[in-house]
Amino acid sequence: MINLELSEDLKQYQEDMKVFAETVFRPISRKYDEAEHEYPQELEDLRGMKHFDRKKKSEKPADKSEPTSGKANMRGVISSEEIAWGDPSFLISIPNAGLGNVALVTSGSDEQFEKYGDKWLAMAITEPNAGSDSKAMNTTAKLDGDDWVLNGEKIFVSCADRCDAVVVMATTDKSAGKEGIRSFIVDKNSPGFTLEKLEKKMGLRGSDTGTFSMTDCRIPKDNVLGGFEKTNKNKGFKGTMQTFDTSRPMVAAMAIGVARAALDYTREVMAENSIIPDYKKGSINISSIEKDFFLMEANLEAARLLSWKAAWMADNKKPNSTEASMAKAKAGRQGVLITQKCCELLGPMGLSTKHLAEKWLRDVRVMDIFEGTGQIQHLIVARNILELSSTQLK
Amino acid sequence: MLSFNMSEEQTITRDTVARLVKDLIIDTAHEMDEAGNIPEEYIQAAWELGASIAAIPEAYGGYDMDYSPMMNAIILEELAYGDMAFAVAATLPSMFIFPVYEMGTEEQKKKYLPLFCKEAYTPCTCAINEPGFGFDPHKLKTKAVKKNGSYILNGEKCFVPLAKESSHFLIAASCDGENSFFIADAENAGINIKKPERNLGLYSLKTYEVALDNCEIPAKNRLVGNSDCNYDKIIQKSAIAMSAIGTGVSRASYEYARDYAKERIQFGEPIAHKQSIAFMIAEMAYEVEAMRLMTWKAASMLENGKDCQRDSFLARLYAGEMSMKVTDHGIQVLGGHGFIREHPVERYYRNARGVAILHGMAIV
Ligand SMILES: Cc1cc2nc3c(=O)[nH]c(=O)nc-3n(C[C@H](O)[C@H](O)[C@H](O)COP(=O)(O)OP(=O)(O)OC[C@H]3O[C@@H](n4cnc5c(N)ncnc54)[C@H](O)[C@@H]3O)c2cc1C
Repeated sequence: MINLELSEDLKQYQEDMKVFAETVFRPISRKYDEAEHEYPQELEDLRGMKHFDRKKKSEKPADKSEPTSGKANMRGVISSEEIAWGDPSFLISIPNAGLGNVALVTSGSDEQFEKYGDKWLAMAITEPNAGSDSKAMNTTAKLDGDDWVLNGEKIFVSCADRCDAVVVMATTDKSAGKEGIRSFIVDKNSPGFTLEKLEKKMGLRGSDTGTFSMTDCRIPKDNVLGGFEKTNKNKGFKGTMQTFDTSRPMVAAMAIGVARAALDYTREVMAENSIIPDYKKGSINISSIEKDFFLMEANLEAARLLSWKAAWMADNKKPNSTEASMAKAKAGRQGVLITQKCCELLGPMGLSTKHLAEKWLRDVRVMDIFEGTGQIQHLIVARNILELSSTQLK
Repeated sequence: MLSFNMSEEQTITRDTVARLVKDLIIDTAHEMDEAGNIPEEYIQAAWELGASIAAIPEAYGGYDMDYSPMMNAIILEELAYGDMAFAVAATLPSMFIFPVYEMGTEEQKKKYLPLFCKEAYTPCTCAINEPGFGFDPHKLKTKAVKKNGSYILNGEKCFVPLAKESSHFLIAASCDGENSFFIADAENAGINIKKPERNLGLYSLKTYEVALDNCEIPAKNRLVGNSDCNYDKIIQKSAIAMSAIGTGVSRASYEYARDYAKERIQFGEPIAHKQSIAFMIAEMAYEVEAMRLMTWKAASMLENGKDCQRDSFLARLYAGEMSMKVTDHGIQVLGGHGFIREHPVERYYRNARGVAILHGMAIV
């Protein structure tokens, strides 16, 4: 039976997250925007916190009485929105909850989980010449005795400085195309593994983004994700692409959270100036500001419902790659448009660093870029609904 | 509990309506549009699904089932997917029946509901929209003034569907600053139905301008309403209905353009292989989905007994904007062929313009 209102337990969860974002993240938001590359020590309190843990499914108590069990993806989109509302940089910087940790949970072996479960893992896919077209990656991995030897360069790695280890994607056989691609867990102190630099960015300055070079970088044979014995069975490239089905709705929710921060702030400022949105006004009587505001609210809600649907489908074991990309396409774009319109409506308050709005505008821009650009999301949706292959629709 | 899944009952109902639309409407909608008429048997077939009177107690001629705005939204999307004019015509009596049932006194319900809650479709209608610039359903220009035991109504109404064919009207008018519905008999003096309107869209739906010239209505015919339902609630419910209809029209345009793009060959391959076409179609797909979810969210709130002023407003605003965007894309995907009436995308576009403008044409 269709019901698009959150159940009480999810509402409570949302409320808890909101309080958290408001009291823990907001107060230090500007501080780390200005202190780029400095690690926010305040985040240490979150290490291993229940809300953010990345436990293996098999280790989770099969406690059916827990009201939110089986709602991991819904909880994911809800917490992403709320925390991003507080500050999106910190959402990406929650210790031990990196993208590599997600890969470990979904594809790691039990032994790997034992060893790296309590570590902070970044994820390195992107290369200078392989962005959207990630299967064109050139980083190589060659088996040499009991070691893998990695060579290449990875850029734009989130949490590069803060993490303990990096899940690096590399090709074991370039001629095999994406079939040859595997993921490898690389400890930061592995020989030949160097953090070359940290990027200076438009926004998300509270989150570090860096470049790693690998020059005959040696790691143990067993560090191929999923374990060496099982390598042939592990899903490699495809497995990573499938994690996008759960991560994209969350990135969508992140964009929604930042845009909502801007919209909430705009609403407050409007109210202080006696402009209160009246949902009964006829279209002929509303001002341009009100019309903009209503459209932003509607678009934000539409994006949110798309992300909820994608997450709900994942929770209910339904294939959701079309819906996940729909949510990301809509939310990534609207996140940017809404935040930028809010800055416009706020006028000088939308430009001045005395207020956070300008920061949100800088932060939100990348939401339509990482985890697959808006165009790539459209490509995925279009291929799916038009039933076209990647050679028919490039 | 949060769920995006239809229940078995909702699925069965949707499939039944979809089948009717496929059998009767899809292939004939163009002819109906050209002829400016919908055959009675099609309307009757839709009426027999029973949606408009399902929630009315047996005592008044209904089926005594649970009232479900969500179910009504599902049905309206399917009907409008076939044809928007058909969706409005086939469910039009609801615009009379629901307000009378939810706001009326026992005496009013007894007197009026059995006239329409029966097996044969019997037209009755609702007059809310007003011609001219600046119409706002919350600021009606039609006025009702109390005089002795009656109200005297004066004003102009437009887009009154099937006004000439209906035996009874609900007329929206403002009385001492408060908006109300008044039940009027077509025979009532002072109701002047003008000749059929010719509009941008909805060619097959007969609509009329209606002038109210000192139209005297007995005081007992005012729908006073109660704490559960009043004029504003009816406007909210009709806003949700219009977003469901907008979703249906947009989906029709999306699916037609999607299929066309796979067939149409230019430069040696289907135009769907070009990103600028494929991305437009992708956008149409997720905006249809978004419109539907906005509609369902507002309907959920209604179903759960929550106030939905904000959500019904936003759902309709969204559907109004996006149904124009989607049906516009629909034409662009077809190029010049999209401008030719034989292809339905031009009708979808003309009809979609009404989504943001028309009030009180349907109800959930
Ligand atoms: C702050 C930040 C954090 C990041 N974190 C990580 C991380 O942790 N790990 C990681 O691996 N990566 C990360 N990335 C990288 C990110 O995923 C890539 O930047 C993104 O996938 C786009 O790749 P690109 O920058 O090379 O752009 P390109 O792929 O060069 O794209 C340039 C433009 O071309 C368009 N385009 C490309 N291909 C097509 C096509 N087929 N059809 C139509 N248009 C196309 C794109 O949409 C875009 O507009 C991060 C990036 C940033 C900025």
